[in-house]
Amino acid sequence: MLAFLISAIRLGMTFLFGCTGEIITEKSGHLNLGIPGVMCVGASCGCYAEYIYLDMAKRNADPFLAVFIPIVATIVGGALMGLVYSFLTVTLRANQNVTGLALTTFGVGVSDFMIAKTGPIYSKGTKYFTAPLPFAEETGWFGEIFLSHGVLIYLAIIIAFVASFVLTKTKVGLNLRSVGENPATADAAGINVSLYRYLATCIGCGIAGLGGLSFVMDYLHGNWEYCIDAIGWLAIALVIFTVWKPNLAIIGSIVFGGLYIASSYITGVSFANKEIFKMLPYVVTIVVLVITSIRDKKENQPPQSLGLSYFREER
Amino acid sequence: MSNKAAIELKNITKTFGSVVANKDVSLTVNRGEILSILGENGSGKTTLMNMISGIYFPDSGQIYIDGEPVLIRSPKDAFDYKIGMIHQHFKLVDVFSATENIILGLKSKEKFSIKEAAKKVAEISNKYGFEIDPAKKIYEMSVSEKQTVEIIKVLYRGADILILDEPTAVLTPQETQKLFSVLRRMRDDGKAIIIITHKLHEVLSLSDRVAVLRKGEYIGTVETAATNESELTEMMVGKKISLNIERSEPKNVADRLVVNGLDCINRDGVKVLDDVSFTARSGEILGIAGIAGSGQRELLEAIAGLQKVDSGEIYYNNPKTKATDNLRDKTPMQIRELGVRLSFVPEDRLGMGLVGDMDIVDNMMLRSYRKGKSMFLERKAPKDLAMRIIEDLEVVTPNENTPVRRLSGGNVQKVLVGREIAASPTVLMAAYPVRGLDINSSYTIYNLLNNQKEKGVAVIFVGEDLDVLIELCDRILVIGGGRVTGIVDGRTASKEEIGLLMTKSAKGEGDE
Repeated sequence: MLAFLISAIRLGMTFLFGCTGEIITEKSGHLNLGIPGVMCVGASCGCYAEYIYLDMAKRNADPFLAVFIPIVATIVGGALMGLVYSFLTVTLRANQNVTGLALTTFGVGVSDFMIAKTGPIYSKGTKYFTAPLPFAEETGWFGEIFLSHGVLIYLAIIIAFVASFVLTKTKVGLNLRSVGENPATADAAGINVSLYRYLATCIGCGIAGLGGLSFVMDYLHGNWEYCIDAIGWLAIALVIFTVWKPNLAIIGSIVFGGLYIASSYITGVSFANKEIFKMLPYVVTIVVLVITSIRDKKENQPPQSLGLSYFREER
Repeated sequence: MSNKAAIELKNITKTFGSVVANKDVSLTVNRGEILSILGENGSGKTTLMNMISGIYFPDSGQIYIDGEPVLIRSPKDAFDYKIGMIHQHFKLVDVFSATENIILGLKSKEKFSIKEAAKKVAEISNKYGFEIDPAKKIYEMSVSEKQTVEIIKVLYRGADILILDEPTAVLTPQETQKLFSVLRRMRDDGKAIIIITHKLHEVLSLSDRVAVLRKGEYIGTVETAATNESELTEMMVGKKISLNIERSEPKNVADRLVVNGLDCINRDGVKVLDDVSFTARSGEILGIAGIAGSGQRELLEAIAGLQKVDSGEIYYNNPKTKATDNLRDKTPMQIRELGVRLSFVPEDRLGMGLVGDMDIVDNMMLRSYRKGKSMFLERKAPKDLAMRIIEDLEVVTPNENTPVRRLSGGNVQKVLVGREIAASPTVLMAAYPVRGLDINSSYTIYNLLNNQKEKGVAVIFVGEDLDVLIELCDRILVIGGGRVTGIVDGRTASKEEIGLLMTKSAKGEGDE
């Protein structure tokens, strides 16, 4: 049971990165369907950076740098995807859905190319990502249960809490939400709509990219052999499931993680039926969507201008 | 130039593509003064104000504030010059509270605190006599509350030049009076106030001076005390027009539509229509008055077969067959097949009435395509109809193949009303047909409705301007919170009487 829970959390945290990133993006009014692609590209950048670093450092790789460098590379890769998305949708006012789907196709292609080119060579770096926190052993059983997991898991939770705080309790968050709800209002209130959309999307994509890295390095132990866009779609479904709240997303992601892997922990499930189990998170999302649509508070609805471009002088 | 001028515009010109919205406009506003800007629709009032508030940037010309030349490039610049604009369509975030909306986008050095802000909001409210709950969410508010939030928003930012774009369009007479007393208090406080409107009596009762625009050009400014309605109209339209609606006595009156105990519950479980009963008679105009969102829309949609009814009956007396049909729970198609002719001019012109991207001829065909016998579309008849409407109603359009989206509001409305009337209805329902129209077009529409009445059509007219309702309608049904609060005679009723009926049971429910 504990193994199942830990597994669910480890998988869930990869969703959590994607979900938090997408919430930040959507709060600015950008429906970024490119998240799966962003996660693929993020993972590719991170893994490749790790590969190069370990190759250069040979045996005396610094455990901190071995984690830090891929994380930075991933964030930069993800943010670049966000920059492309923002440039197309904000500056050129392209359709958001089309742009997002194009980025997904592109990202999947990039990661497929990476896998084909280098093969599953990332297992070397995975030990740095799954290493327990440095002070875990000193705290006995507490450390064993709570502190002995990969660093990315803690990072995911911290980012979700920070995002939640910023969105609900700060002026920047208020401004960002107003941009997503009603950009004309935000504009008239003197908020730079384009800047907020650019920044939110780039930051969101940077965070989402970490989800890809976490999935490959932590959950897969570096054995990256297949396309990982499914976790991106789950992250987007998770955004709806958690009604655009990053703190709810922490629990939601663990639920999703649990549902996704439940089949492996129940004996006697055939291979085909396993795929049915993997469908469960989407079914849950549809149920949540139905419930929130039928009768709910306005606060639980998507940002009002989600998916719409904004141009000030449009009449 | 006197140093009293809070803001001065000199030779402002703005064009959108080939359309000139403002041409060479110059005017001044002083502190401690209310200036009305009067003009027909499309005369460039809103465009001009948007340039002061930084939404648009003028192509040429210069704006002075307190005598200093300034450049206003964005709404933020406008705030810095203490200019605040209250837009016609409120710029508020629905899911935010009043306070959150008010402090949105503010850059202050103080610590971010909703509580402190709410306190300051309360202070401003007390000073000018607003009633507002700072924690209330916008989507729970009535129109007049939303407007109050907008006004406090600009005052909170320390604005001392206020621009209000048609602030009274959506208010009841009582709310309007309250707004005016607040505005007068602000004027006495030394603020410069610009108000855009096309209601002449409001101009005369509120403002100190009136500036008139016509087709983007500045015509002149007059002292309110030294002018009158007909002079202002002449300045606005460029020619003398009579502002009287000819109301003939109803002839051949017969009950055409009998609505009995209509109940209707919307998808949020709110009762939007509650036991509504009335009769619409042929050869008569029945007005429907009420605060926006009191159930007018649902009532008309129920009759047109677009809204599910929970109980009650709608009887239609067919003048040809003398039969009586119940229209309840019938689809719009079935209602047509029964020989019932309803012409419905919906509130949301481009949403439910016309297809914006289609041209005038195609929009005519939306009503007639089923008449065609072959599998190919028959374009001749609709084209003739389009040409006739363009000619008869003086629709301003390059040609009949122009997408209706490109036409101005008044012209879109003429096309829609023209098409509905061309179907020679027996019952004509029009919801806010003059909303946003200038005086000239409004009177064209009123005359069309009157013509229909004389032809024996039962006309149902949902209006917002009580003066017009009283002048135009034979009987006025007042609706409040989904309930009929009274039916008064248009010839004897007073505005105050109707205003009281409107608010009678509008408490709590009925807000959209």
